[in-house]
Amino acid sequence: MATENLVEISGVSYAYGKGRPVLTDINMTIPRGKVVAIMGISGSGKTTLLRLIGGVLKPTHGQVKVDGQLTNELDSEGLYRLRRRMGLLFQFGALFTDLSIFDNVAFQMREHTNLPESMIRDLVMMKLQAVGLRGAHQLTPSELSGGMARRAALARAIALDPTLIMYDEPFTGLDPISLGVIANLVRRLNDALDTTSIVVTHDVQEALDIVDYVYYLSEGVMVAHGTPDEIRAARDPRVHQFVWGEMDGPVAFRYPSRDFRAEVGLV
Amino acid sequence: MFNRGGIVNIRHVGHHAIDSVLRLGYATRFIALTLLHSGTSFRRPRLIVRELYFSGVLSLIIILVSGLFVGMVLGFQGFHTLQTYGSESALGVLVALSLVRELGPVVAALLFASRAGSAMTAEIGLMKATEQLSAMEMMAVDPIARVVAPRFWAGVISMPLLAALFSAMGVFGGYLVGVVLIGVDEGSFWSQMQNAVDFREDILNGVIKSCVFGVAITWIALFEGYDAPPTAEGVSGATTRTVVTSSLVILGLDFILTSFMFRGV
Repeated sequence: MATENLVEISGVSYAYGKGRPVLTDINMTIPRGKVVAIMGISGSGKTTLLRLIGGVLKPTHGQVKVDGQLTNELDSEGLYRLRRRMGLLFQFGALFTDLSIFDNVAFQMREHTNLPESMIRDLVMMKLQAVGLRGAHQLTPSELSGGMARRAALARAIALDPTLIMYDEPFTGLDPISLGVIANLVRRLNDALDTTSIVVTHDVQEALDIVDYVYYLSEGVMVAHGTPDEIRAARDPRVHQFVWGEMDGPVAFRYPSRDFRAEVGLV
Repeated sequence: MFNRGGIVNIRHVGHHAIDSVLRLGYATRFIALTLLHSGTSFRRPRLIVRELYFSGVLSLIIILVSGLFVGMVLGFQGFHTLQTYGSESALGVLVALSLVRELGPVVAALLFASRAGSAMTAEIGLMKATEQLSAMEMMAVDPIARVVAPRFWAGVISMPLLAALFSAMGVFGGYLVGVVLIGVDEGSFWSQMQNAVDFREDILNGVIKSCVFGVAITWIALFEGYDAPPTAEGVSGATTRTVVTSSLVILGLDFILTSFMFRGV
């Protein structure tokens, strides 16, 4: 039976090798049908959290449950079965550069299904139509702009109608028009496909406009969570500085150094 | 007693040795996984055919032209030396045996490592750096089965074929210089060659050599690409290592194989 929450993370800690923990005691739930953002500054552990959900990494402590299955208990076959129900949009698209846009979108259909080529063609065209790139199906990734490549990668991520779509920094390096288009698509595709989305981002305003719920990470610790309005009104100085882009605060403007007056020889 | 600097140096040597053994272990695991996941390549031969085009067909120009020139130079040098003993008619034998036994497999393998091996490393390294391999894994497709194994088999298949073409072009080059240009008797050129070249001793051993070189080059090239740090420097360093390591391994293996194959001759 389908659980209410698609993703449940409880008491998860993670460290690369024997190094400093990247994530400490993370608890979060992603309800079905919602668009949830995981926010935080660079290096706060957002992408690591996404990799844990995708089963690429296994938690050092705690458990990650996706669609009722504990990822750390799955063997590679089980993980691959789970991943067939997931779509991940990489930061810069990660399109296969030796394949056309059409073949990129068709990739998973050809690998995982026995559909006839005529049906694959129709499905690919539907996916490309959804992201507005049907006319560009014969182009190669190098012929697309950054925003178009991101949209093509989005079409590839939704190729098999996944239950969960994950976005790793989908807005990075995009012009305002492309950024608006991608933000809009994240919301519309989630609702149209009746799926669940996780958006890892540090682009605050764009994300707050489209998501249902926000988790905020700081140095690997979950420091706040709530609806976009609650996050905008948050009093925690770390969240406040991040949301309003303040120059100085818990994340210091100045790199640690000795006293300025001593530096210029005034004392 | 060692001073502090000496101990640091010894520590470096130790680290280097441990790293080398570790990498060798990773490389062995990598080739074992590649062989284990080769089923997809044989179920879908189109994957191998596509890579055969990139590693084999696109290497043809450099292999054929080099073979021709090596054969022509052999023709000149061989004639010059044989003339001293009045045995110009054995020119065909000299050219053919040099090519089939040694120069064909070795020079073709060195060229293959520089042309196709470096391209394989750079392509896989860049696929890793641009997260294409991670994307494949997230799409529940094993990159070893889908990307590495077809390239491995394409390299293993194309290497002996390229070496054979290299030798054939070399013999033709020797013929051009020896018979057409210098005027060595055509009949003795071909008939002595036919008599002296043995299928099992010479041709088959040459084919075995080029098969072994094919496995070594593609293994090194694919592992270096797959293991490359995902940065520009990482990929360029891996590409250089592929060419250097493959060349040294080819020469080392050639010595070992030759000493086994021709010890009784």
